[in-house]
Amino acid sequence: MEEVRLMKGNEALAHAAIRYGADGYFGYPITPQSEVLETLEELRPWETTGMVVLQAESELAAINMVYGGAACGKVVFTSSSSPGISLMQEGLSYIAASEVPALIVNVMRGGPGLGTIHPSQADYFQATKGGGHGDYHMIVLAPSSVQEMCDFMWLGWDLAFKYRTPAMLLADGIVGQMMEKVVLPEPRKRRTEDEIRQLCPWAINGRKNMRPRNVVTSLELDDERMEQNNLRFQRTYREIEKNEIRYEEINTDDCDYLLVAFGSMARICQKVMEIAQEEGLKLGLLRPITLWPFPYEQIKKSSRNAKGILVVELSAGQMIEDVKLAVECKVDVKHYGRLGGIVPTPEEVLDSLKEQFSINK
Amino acid sequence: MDVNDILKPENRVYKKPTLLNDNHMHYCPGCSHGVVHKLIAEILEEMHAEEIAIGIAPVGCAVFAYNYIDVDWIEAPHGRAPALATAAKRLQPDKLVFTYQGDGDMAAIGTAESLHAANRGENIAMIFINNAIYGMTGGQMAPTTLLGMKTSTTPYGRRVDLNGYPLAITNLMAQLDGTCYVTRQSVHTPAAVRKAKAAIRKAFENSLQGKGTSVVEIVSTCNSGWKMTPEQANKWMEENMFAKYPIGDLKNE
Amino acid sequence: MKEEIVIAGFGGQGVLSMGKILAYSGLMEDKEVTWMPSYGPEQRGGTANVTVILSDERISSPILNTYDTAVVLNQQSLDKFESKVKPGGVLIYDNYGIHNPPTRNDINIYKIEAMEATFDLKNAKAYNMVVLGALLKVKPIVTLESVLKALKKTLPERHHHLIPMNEQALKVGMDLIK
Repeated sequence: MEEVRLMKGNEALAHAAIRYGADGYFGYPITPQSEVLETLEELRPWETTGMVVLQAESELAAINMVYGGAACGKVVFTSSSSPGISLMQEGLSYIAASEVPALIVNVMRGGPGLGTIHPSQADYFQATKGGGHGDYHMIVLAPSSVQEMCDFMWLGWDLAFKYRTPAMLLADGIVGQMMEKVVLPEPRKRRTEDEIRQLCPWAINGRKNMRPRNVVTSLELDDERMEQNNLRFQRTYREIEKNEIRYEEINTDDCDYLLVAFGSMARICQKVMEIAQEEGLKLGLLRPITLWPFPYEQIKKSSRNAKGILVVELSAGQMIEDVKLAVECKVDVKHYGRLGGIVPTPEEVLDSLKEQFSINK
Repeated sequence: MDVNDILKPENRVYKKPTLLNDNHMHYCPGCSHGVVHKLIAEILEEMHAEEIAIGIAPVGCAVFAYNYIDVDWIEAPHGRAPALATAAKRLQPDKLVFTYQGDGDMAAIGTAESLHAANRGENIAMIFINNAIYGMTGGQMAPTTLLGMKTSTTPYGRRVDLNGYPLAITNLMAQLDGTCYVTRQSVHTPAAVRKAKAAIRKAFENSLQGKGTSVVEIVSTCNSGWKMTPEQANKWMEENMFAKYPIGDLKNE
Repeated sequence: MKEEIVIAGFGGQGVLSMGKILAYSGLMEDKEVTWMPSYGPEQRGGTANVTVILSDERISSPILNTYDTAVVLNQQSLDKFESKVKPGGVLIYDNYGIHNPPTRNDINIYKIEAMEATFDLKNAKAYNMVVLGALLKVKPIVTLESVLKALKKTLPERHHHLIPMNEQALKVGMDLIK
């Protein structure tokens, strides 16, 4: 049954996973996302759905447990925050190269280094441009509400299995820590082994009835064949770019200036729009939901009549590079960001917009 | 008895295990890996475990183990085989899950994963090939390299002050509450091969019976890396390796 | 209807849980709600605070710089949030330990003796419910019934016997507003 609840974003992740019919979670505690593991331990899904929950000895182990589980065709995920996600990059590259589906949640905090426990969006480059070694991509979803924390878990797994690729939920401390109303979807049953055999004929689950053996590996020392593997990955990425771009637009039709922001910053930008409207300034907002694949075309379209674009990020300017690529220098693109765990107020963002575009209202 | 009689199936005393396929092995002549591969294939066949066996291959010489033994395999990042095996077994408790790791995988880059998987008592079997050298990358020092032993990164011999001591990780694992069976074997004589086979079989059975983690160390030769003939290598192993890594059970519960 | 509220005080005064009950009460009335604990710039300064937004429509930013209502429970919070109440908005403060009372005259200020009232109740844990009662008297954004329903939903079964005590505290708080 669907259920309406009030909960933190991090708690919603755990509930969403169990209801999706997840087979396993492997993770290592780190602020500000430890509630994911804590909630799962509290809910004890191994007694109801049979889901495995394991506190690993490190993020390194956690992501490789996810790799192992994913290779078995199981619905598995891990969650961490920025420093922990850095440790996981090795595993992510292997998961991508082995073409197995997995879900990774990054509730970003301020870096670099150990940094701060407060929110940040400075892992944009890491999430969208690779992070680990080699030519690979992950599908990156950016939730901006607790409801989306729940919904994107499901979407993330659906897409990961559809394309046999890792998918990441790129959230931040705000979305993880805030509580909102969330409609939890009706629970689904975990897949049976027979269903897995049908859905994932590549899965590592033993040679039942002496089927040909399966091998999941990222290794191919024959360069010609390794190039073919890479070309196959790239074909998948083009397919994803064609089919899976997601975004939200608010008042972009006849806006004077366009705001581009994702996740929690998109929420703050909606408030910026409310305040600006009272002052007679028409702002639009384009919120990329998939950070990879990125909505280049849509940003180009939505900013056609705008006098300028302000990209608002909790970073020194990362997504702005993609926005600039999108508009091909035809629109003036500025940036406003706070660093190190500081979150700007809506007023601050609006002031910056006015200053950078010399708006005197 | 003529040749044709000898070839009759009822007179056959030995055959290649069916799970060991015909792929050309990349191992050097004289290497212990080939023998251990054969034992694993033979045991899985004897246990009728072909349909439930899952192997986790390491990084190192045995990175291509999956090319030779015809069961399902996952090739792990260097050192992470026990993490992959943990998930594979917990998510599929009815499967026979084993890792196959070298000394670098088990005792250097993957020490944390190996010890913690064993400490949690994961119901997996860990086959550990200890030849005291990194064969795949051209003969560098391993954590298990003996003092005084020459490798490409200890060209004047391993020194305590520079490189620390050889690590007998199997002894550590025997002390963990999660392990049920920890043994050290070799495959350099027919008698040793028979004992090693019994050990691996026991480890596999433990995995299925859910008794905890089993560790079978095979003290091995790397005649190429050691720059010896296979015969010299066997002799050198007996005289030097067995002193630091004595053969026998460390734990059998 | 949309109400943007900040509740601020010392850690341990039940600020976060009061916000949670308020948010849950909004949920009981089918409102959109957001509860955002101290995070970002306003978090520096040693006090705990939480932003609670209740609205009939989709809520934009969970992080705000100005509020319709501020409920402040110590001097530091008063110093920080008095200036952040929108003109015409509401400031409720507990007089306990306040030596510099608020001075603005473009907002509606309510001084309450919530700590004193809680002493009389002989139950320190009921403090935040007393304050919530006062808030709801000034701003009836949710009904008392919804709050009681929310308590029932959020408290574990074994604590349900405490609900009448909480109800009493809420009523005591309401009576603090004359």
